[in-house]
Amino acid sequence: MYRKTGRRIVVILIITLVSLYISLPNIIPVKINYKDKSIVDTVLKKRFLANDLRLGLDLIGGSYLVFEVNTSDISLEKRADALSSLKDVMEKRVNLFGIAEPNIQISSFEGRDRIIVELPGVRDTKEAIELIGKTAQLTFAEVVEPAEEGEEASLAITDLTGADLIDSEVGFDQVSGKPMVVVRFNDEGKEKFSKLTEKNINKPLPIILDGQVISAPVVQDKIDGGTAQISGDFTLDEAKDLSIQLNAGALPASVELISERTVGATLGRESVEKSVRAGVVGLLFVLVFMAVFYGKLGLVADIGLIIFGLITLSLYKLIPVVLTLPGIAGFLLSVGMAVDSNILIFERFREERRGGVNIIYALETSFDRAWDSIKDANIATLLTAFVLANPLNWNFLHTSGPVRGFAITLALGIGISLFTGIFVSRNLLRYFIREGSDNK
Amino acid sequence: MNWMKYRPFYLVLSVFMIALSFYGIIRWSINLGVDFLGGAMIEYSFSEDVSTEDVSSSLNEEGFDVASVQVIGDGNILIRLAEVDTKSRERIKEILGELDGGEVVEVRYESVGPSIGPELIKKTVYAVIISAGGILIWVALQFRSLRFGVSAILAMFHDSFILVGSSSILGYFFGMEVDFLFVTALLTTLSFSVHDTIVVYDRIREIRRKRGGEFDDIANRAISETMRRSINNSVTIILMLLALVILGGTSTRWFALALLVGTVLGTYSSPFVAVPLLVTWGEVAEKFKRVYNKKV
Repeated sequence: MYRKTGRRIVVILIITLVSLYISLPNIIPVKINYKDKSIVDTVLKKRFLANDLRLGLDLIGGSYLVFEVNTSDISLEKRADALSSLKDVMEKRVNLFGIAEPNIQISSFEGRDRIIVELPGVRDTKEAIELIGKTAQLTFAEVVEPAEEGEEASLAITDLTGADLIDSEVGFDQVSGKPMVVVRFNDEGKEKFSKLTEKNINKPLPIILDGQVISAPVVQDKIDGGTAQISGDFTLDEAKDLSIQLNAGALPASVELISERTVGATLGRESVEKSVRAGVVGLLFVLVFMAVFYGKLGLVADIGLIIFGLITLSLYKLIPVVLTLPGIAGFLLSVGMAVDSNILIFERFREERRGGVNIIYALETSFDRAWDSIKDANIATLLTAFVLANPLNWNFLHTSGPVRGFAITLALGIGISLFTGIFVSRNLLRYFIREGSDNK
Repeated sequence: MNWMKYRPFYLVLSVFMIALSFYGIIRWSINLGVDFLGGAMIEYSFSEDVSTEDVSSSLNEEGFDVASVQVIGDGNILIRLAEVDTKSRERIKEILGELDGGEVVEVRYESVGPSIGPELIKKTVYAVIISAGGILIWVALQFRSLRFGVSAILAMFHDSFILVGSSSILGYFFGMEVDFLFVTALLTTLSFSVHDTIVVYDRIREIRRKRGGEFDDIANRAISETMRRSINNSVTIILMLLALVILGGTSTRWFALALLVGTVLGTYSSPFVAVPLLVTWGEVAEKFKRVYNKKV
């Protein structure tokens, strides 16, 4: 068993170094002064694994918007489609703003349908809300030939709108087997569409959603049946995309902003600074406490705790975990649980030693026996964290927001603490104790 | 040490804390924030100091329904109102700009519709029921006895109820507000409480397997042997949280305090609520068995 320890120490060392590398900021200014002269003044940049720590809205500032969708006019079976169409439309609008990493999700709970939009770093929320919350406008247009030669053709909006559409779906051409989009009109739309196609044979008929042309099919013939087919060189995804957009215009569900949280960037920065400072001070207290109370054992636990911190930070960057204030709380709690594993083991160790057994034997048994408690207790906590994190996106549990952020960092912290508390501390102790006994 | 001898004392203490919590909740109710009640909350920073009286009187003059104005953090002003639309939000900023506060910056804005709060509560209740059920099953299976599971869950609800009670008292006397973050603190307390209880249970199981003996002797031993660990572990968590209370930002201060109260309760309840329940349950069951056997 002890022969393997050396190899394991190497593994621990490698993991530590890799996590240290990932944890470091991506850009490190290096300045070395010697006798008022600057010898080195450069900036180190990471080339590999240069992932950034992602901060939540409460830390970098931004807006969290909840829109309630009025789906009462839409039949139950079409609601899910209508919501995903709407989400799609909102995504396109948000992209117009050029916001980095927006997050848009659907949340349905007890008959209320909502769309949650997270906009990190947005300044002008008023404009964003107006644009995002607008009801989708779908219209058909005609191409007007220029009156004089040399002028550009213009578009004229017709009276055929999304309200005249029943729905649209993806179909397949019976001859070529290629994907196409089938559009169905209601009675009124049937009339309007028939007239429009008659007038525009062999001309394009642009379809406009939110002021953007999403398709401009050329009319082949007059269509009376109330069903139109848009064919072309679509891939299946393109056809689906067009169909979703048409549906968004066909079911213009209105939305209402029911909740908004906007945090200014300065307030967010203050929160980060204060939380980090508090975290560092708290962590130092814990390190000192462990060293004072458990001596050399405590120092080993402290090393384990620092490795815990490095691995956690790297995983936050790699996964990535969006860090929020409650998330920081989850992390702090997991630090407590990581320390707890060590305390359980050390108290056990003291008991065994008091019983007069040999130091190596005492070490091994205390790890083995404490493992039962650590495992049972942490599984119970993981269970709670799992329900709160709701990884399967069950609608009756929290699907977004602070509770989830907390649970994710807590669960991650417990997982890592099991590794550092058992594997890292144990092997480090084995190593130090063996070295110590060799010297005697 | 014979911890179980003092069971009546623990009972009195717990009953007292629960009664106090009930009293607080009924008398002062819970100071719910906009997350639950709906409404708006806007935080402004001013380059010069302004008085809260000036802010509230100038807004009231314009007909805004101002619920409260308070100074938080480094001289920022926090205003709570009934629901606000974009127009009135702009108007408020204008009005504040006319005060002698210099430059006004809106640093935080929260507006919550009335349907959000009930949804938050329901989802949290579902989450608590599911995790409590899961923990009950896990503990009962792990210790092959339902009473271990039930006692752990009862201790856990004991802690969370008293935490809610303390929030009512802190809310009335010190203006603590129950918000989204408080819910998180409550859930943390739930898991911490069980975590701590399982460690004591585990020791009970081990002693029973190795030495056997009367159940209350086993329980006493287990509590004595885990006491130092419990206290040391709590001390480390309390150190972290104290740092957050003292040095952390205003937005997390009450949150950290709630976690602190929860940690203390969770540590207390393991030896002094969960285990006494376990022992008492065993004794009562034993008595019933005896009576039943006599009759047969």
